[in-house]
Amino acid sequence: MADKVLMKGNEAIAEAAIIAGCRHYFGYPITPQTEIAAYMAKRMPKIGGTFLQAESEIAAINMVYGVASTGLRVMTSSSSPGISLKSEGLSYLAGADLPSFIVNVQRGGPGLGGIQPSQSDYFQATKAGGHGDFRMIVLAPASVQEMAELTVHGFDLADKYRMTSMILADGTMGQMMEPVSLDFKIAEPVEKPWATTGTQMKREHNIVNSLFLSPDVLERTNFERFKKYDTVCENEVMYEEYMMDDAEICIAAFGIAARVSKNAIVEARKRGIKVGMIRPITLWPFPEKQFAAAAEKVRAFISVELSMGQMIEDIRLAVNGKAPVTLCNRVGGMIPSPDEVLDAIIKVSEGGNN
Amino acid sequence: MVIFDKPHALADVPLHYCPGCTHGIIHRLVAEVIDELGIEGKTVGIAPVGCSVMAYNYFNCDMIEAAHGRAPAVATGVKRALPENIVFTYQGDGDLASIGMAETVHSAARNENITVIFINNAIYGMTGGQMAPTSLPGQITQTSPYGRDVNHCGYPIKICEMLSTLDGPEYVARVAVNNVKNVRAAKKAIKKAFENQVNGLGFSLVEVISSCPTNWGLTPEKALEWVESKMIPYYPLGVYKDRHADSNE
Amino acid sequence: MAKLTFKTDNCKGCGLCVNACPKGVLSLAADKINKKGHHPVEAVAPEKCIGCAFCATMCPDCIIKVEK
Repeated sequence: MADKVLMKGNEAIAEAAIIAGCRHYFGYPITPQTEIAAYMAKRMPKIGGTFLQAESEIAAINMVYGVASTGLRVMTSSSSPGISLKSEGLSYLAGADLPSFIVNVQRGGPGLGGIQPSQSDYFQATKAGGHGDFRMIVLAPASVQEMAELTVHGFDLADKYRMTSMILADGTMGQMMEPVSLDFKIAEPVEKPWATTGTQMKREHNIVNSLFLSPDVLERTNFERFKKYDTVCENEVMYEEYMMDDAEICIAAFGIAARVSKNAIVEARKRGIKVGMIRPITLWPFPEKQFAAAAEKVRAFISVELSMGQMIEDIRLAVNGKAPVTLCNRVGGMIPSPDEVLDAIIKVSEGGNN
Repeated sequence: MVIFDKPHALADVPLHYCPGCTHGIIHRLVAEVIDELGIEGKTVGIAPVGCSVMAYNYFNCDMIEAAHGRAPAVATGVKRALPENIVFTYQGDGDLASIGMAETVHSAARNENITVIFINNAIYGMTGGQMAPTSLPGQITQTSPYGRDVNHCGYPIKICEMLSTLDGPEYVARVAVNNVKNVRAAKKAIKKAFENQVNGLGFSLVEVISSCPTNWGLTPEKALEWVESKMIPYYPLGVYKDRHADSNE
Repeated sequence: MAKLTFKTDNCKGCGLCVNACPKGVLSLAADKINKKGHHPVEAVAPEKCIGCAFCATMCPDCIIKVEK
């Protein structure tokens, strides 16, 4: 076990990306994720990599598209309004089946919103990353250690499935400092015969492209891509169960909301309320089987979110009417306190089925 | 003895362009230059959105299709990742001078070591002939049916003049392909724009005044006359910036 | 005398080569239609060809091969 170092969440992502072999970073300043860019600006020149401050988020994501086309590991990071600008590029990356790694350190919205933590880009990340039918692997860390681990994992998954994987964090996760172990196992490099690195006059030319003017061909590429997504759903779901063995109430929460909820669960247990938590680590693929299974055991779900209730829709779909699902939320950069979550638990345990 | 034949870097497939559209001439010039410099095996081309969107099918080097206007950003990524490769973009006026203006200006300002081939035919061709950022004052298009009124929608953008004010770019030149003499001069400029990259000199852009017979509503021959009589007077040909002009003489 | 070869099926009958030829070698074949439905170029006076390749230089579809 390697020594731990004290790092900010944003810095942990940056260092983990370098350890994962990423040598190309393109970004545009936006709070609260600028530490990633600052870290890369310092480190990349020292290790023969590229740090480039792009003229916009749109340019940055298209620089990512360029590097991804060559098969090399590449990333960009931003925060909510910046991710909206990148959504064009995310769609093209998906349409061209390119691997890439994106970080969204969310802030409150909509519009310019605020700069405090939020989880209100859940829909955008898991369902509407851009135009057209496509998915991204969405990873939701709840500690600085996970910020680093899921970064390495995110690069591996992106290469394995030729997809974008996105870290969906928030301002708290980005700014908080915790001890981190950076001792990672990196997956074997994936062959990329499709990459545009020059034919060397030895093969037919490779084309990276998302344009398919024949509807039958475009339909086929979509069907094939979604078969790949099925494999991702089958193999790559990650979640944590906390005190679920005897739970009668199940909290669903990710990221910072899960950390707050753990404290509330400990307090509720002291009062004899049997409550546990399922914490999705992959938001897409969503741990729907785990929630469906929990619905056979518990009598109610509470979705704790820093949004007006976005993940709650996926929980309701998974639970399929077998138990009530209520929302406990704060928005706009506000974070629910453990007491607020505890109050929600007590209310549900006292039979408030909403 | 073969005096003239299809260059190797140009794919042996029919082009989808309209009859008399000079995109085909410019494709061929780029391919001839790639052949002459012996760089096909290490060249990566970036296609735009617009009439030349399917340029990825027409060059035998590796090709990438970019989002509208983003080719210089994509090229930046490729060149930073593979500095030994040769990277070029091929973009029309809507792509380069309207939606992609920020990418154009900033890649030039960074003196990104790439080659940009900019086709200016003063119209959006692929979508059926709408007003372009380079449409001439008074020019009738689908979206300027009474002629481009500069009081309403402003003036055309002169890319070469504008970029030449920047400290960044290495080489900025405007050529045309409306007659044999100009085609030969165009090839010379395109070759220089690629040689500059091979020599590590930086951002080189060649604006090629081109025609659009279909959307201009002219025969191919009349369209080339329109290039001569209307386009070139507004967009004078020449080298607008060449940082190493002396050493090249 | 130079020799011209045409990929006739790829000709779009735009006539730019006809205009470029200084010797009147070329013409669009009014009585022929190629696969694309165009009247393709043909050499009506091949003996006058001097191999200047002006035609090929102006051909947007790269259908002309010039030999000497």
